Amino acid sequence: MTEKKIRVLIAKPGLDGHDRGAKVVARALRDAGMEVIYVGLKQTPEQIVETAIQEDVDVIGLSCLSGAHTYLFPKVMELLKKNNVEDILVTCGGIIPDDDVKTLNEAGIKGIFGPGCSTEDIVEFIKQNVKR
Amino acid sequence: MGEDKDLKKPSRSRRDWEDDTLKKHLDKHPEWKEDFITTSSVPINRLYSPDDIKDFEYLKDLNFPSQYPYTRGVQPTMYRGKLWTMRMFSGFGTAEESNERYKYLLEHGETGLSVAFDFPTLYGFDTDHPMAKGEFGKCGVAISSLKDMEILFSGIPIDKITTSMTINGPAAILWAMYIVNAEKQGFSKDQIGGTIQNDILKEYIAQKSYIFPPEPSMRLIVDTFEYGYKHVPKWNTISISGYHIREAGSTAVQELAFTLADGLAYVEEAINRGLDVDDFAPRLSFFFNAHNDLFEEVAKYRAARRIWAREMKERFKAKNPRSWWLRFHTQTAGCALTAQQPENNIVRVTIQALAAILGGTQSLHTNSMDEALALPSAKAVRIALRTQQILAHESGVANTIDPVGGSYFIETLTNQMEEETYKYFDKIDALGGVIPAIEKGFFQKEIANASYLYQKEIEKKKRTVVGVNDYVLDEPLRIELLKMDPEGEMRQINRLKELRAKRDNKKATESLDTLKNKAEGNENLMPYIIDCVSAYCTLGEITDVFRNVFGEYKEEPIY
Repeated sequence: MTEKKIRVLIAKPGLDGHDRGAKVVARALRDAGMEVIYVGLKQTPEQIVETAIQEDVDVIGLSCLSGAHTYLFPKVMELLKKNNVEDILVTCGGIIPDDDVKTLNEAGIKGIFGPGCSTEDIVEFIKQNVKR
Repeated sequence: MGEDKDLKKPSRSRRDWEDDTLKKHLDKHPEWKEDFITTSSVPINRLYSPDDIKDFEYLKDLNFPSQYPYTRGVQPTMYRGKLWTMRMFSGFGTAEESNERYKYLLEHGETGLSVAFDFPTLYGFDTDHPMAKGEFGKCGVAISSLKDMEILFSGIPIDKITTSMTINGPAAILWAMYIVNAEKQGFSKDQIGGTIQNDILKEYIAQKSYIFPPEPSMRLIVDTFEYGYKHVPKWNTISISGYHIREAGSTAVQELAFTLADGLAYVEEAINRGLDVDDFAPRLSFFFNAHNDLFEEVAKYRAARRIWAREMKERFKAKNPRSWWLRFHTQTAGCALTAQQPENNIVRVTIQALAAILGGTQSLHTNSMDEALALPSAKAVRIALRTQQILAHESGVANTIDPVGGSYFIETLTNQMEEETYKYFDKIDALGGVIPAIEKGFFQKEIANASYLYQKEIEKKKRTVVGVNDYVLDEPLRIELLKMDPEGEMRQINRLKELRAKRDNKKATESLDTLKNKAEGNENLMPYIIDCVSAYCTLGEITDVFRNVFGEYKEEPIY
C-alpha cells in the first residue's frame, strides 16, 4: 500500500517579487517526497484559497518579504475559514518581525519560518502537523 | 629567450616545492577541509603563481587606468581624483517621511541620493488600487503622482546632487515626474543628473517587477535612451543590473554573464531602432552586487569592464571611448545578511564594500545591519554610511588605483570569470538571444539551481554561515526597528483623492488620450508622458494607458 503524498501549495501573495526562498522551499519539499504546486507571484488571497480548494492540498506555504504579510496572511486565513477548509495547514516565511509572530499565530498560522531556517525543519514541521 | 627562461623557472621551482616541501608538510599536517570554494562554489587552489598567468600581457589584458580595456578602472586617477559616490538606497512610507530620511543622510555625509519605491509604485499602481492593499510604503516610498515627487525632493538641491531611482516597468513615468519637478524648481533638463534603473530584462529574469511584455518594454527603454541623449544629457538612462540576479541566488559568473548579455541586448535593440551607438552608449551604466567572497567579487568587476569594452569596440564598432566604459554602482548583498546576531552584518557589509572599492565602483550603497529584519532604522543606516566613510578615509584602500591588480590569484580569477562569461554568451546565443532565453526559462532555471545548491551547502554544513549554522546564540536578540507613521497610508490616499478632484481634469483626460494614440503608433513616448505627468495624471492612470495598449506579461512559474 502506497502512502498518499502530502500535497502542498506554495504561493506568493501580494506584489512582492522576492521568490528565491519560496522556490528553494518548493524544491526541498518536492525532494522530500511531497507533491508541490508552485503558483508563483502576484497571487491574491482569493486566488490562493481557490487554487488550494481546487487542487485539494493539505498544506499552503505563503511567502512574503515586502512587509505586507500582516494584511495578506490573515486574509488568506479568513477566506479559508469562510470556505470551511480550515483543516489545511498554513505555514509561512519571509521577513516577519518578532512582533508580528503573535498576530499571525492568532490568525491560525502555525509554522513561521524566517531567514536562516533550514528546509529540513520545514519538511519536519509539515510532516508533524499536517492533518489528513 | 631570456624571458622564456624566467617564465619556466617558477614552474620548475613550484614543482620542486610541491613534490618536496609541500608533500611532506601535508603528510604531517593535512588541511582542515577538503574543498576550498568561493561563495559561488568555485574551487580555489592552494596557491597561485606565475604559471597560472603564463600568457599574461600587461598592455593587452590590463593596461593603464582609463586605457582600453579598462581592467584597472575607467578614470586616470580613480579615487584620488574623486571618491566613489556614497549613495544610500532608501525610501519608505510617505514622500514626507522619505524626504526627511534623505535630508538626514545628506547631513551625515551621503553624496548621492537613491530612491526605493514601494511595490505598488514599482508595478504602476496608485496607493488606492486594490492590489496595493497592505503594501503601502513597505519596501520603499509611495509615489503616485507629480505631487508626491514634489514633496519627496522639496528642499533638496537637485542641481547639485545626483539621484538614482530604482524603477523599471514604469521607469519612463517616474523619470518624467523627476524632470517636471526639476523644471518647476527652476532647473533645466541639462542641469540635472542621475540614473533610472529601467532594466526590464533582469525583471523577467530575477526581480520580477515587470508590467508589460518584452517588446513594448524594450520600446519604452529605447525611447528613454533617445530622449536622454537629446534632452537630459547628464542622465544615465539605464542601470543594467546584476544585483537582483545575484540576490535571486545566482553565482558571481551568472550575475556577470547575464547582466552583460542584457546590456548587449539593449545596445542591439537601440541600434536596430536606428540610434547611433556613440550617441546613447556613453549613458549606459551598470549595477552589481557585492557578496561575501572578497576576491571573487573583485575579479567580477574587473572582468566586467574588460568584456564590455571589447564588445562595444569590436562587436558594435563604437568609436567614442566613453561608449567602451563600464561604469557601475554597487550594493552590498542583502541576501548575505543574517537575521541572527544582526550586528555581525556590519562586518559582512564592510568586507563586501571593500570588494566594491577594490573593484573600482563609481558609487556604493552599504546595507544596514537590520535589513534581514525590517527596513533600516536611522541608527543602522548611519552605521552603514559610516562604514563607507571609514573605508574611504581610514583604511588606505583608496590611495592607489586597482591595488590588487597583478596578483596571480586576482588575474587568474579575472581570466576565469571572462572565460565562463563567454561560455554563457554562447549558450544564450544558441537559445536565440536574451528574450527567447527568458521565455524558455533558461536564466530562471540556472539561478534556481544555483540558489538551491547554496542552501543545501549551508544545510550540509559544507558552508558555514556564522550565527546561522554554527556559532549560534540561543537568546533572541532585540534591536530597535524602524516604526513608520501609521496614518501615512490614509494621508496618501486622501492626497490622491484631492489631487483627482482639484486638477484640470479636462487637460488630464486629453493628455491621457493623446498618450494612448501615440502608444499605438511608433513615436518616442517621452514627451507625451511628460505632458500627462505635468497635467497631474497619476502613475496608475498613465500605466493603465500602457496596460491597455501593450498588455501585461505573465511568467510561467518555475522552481
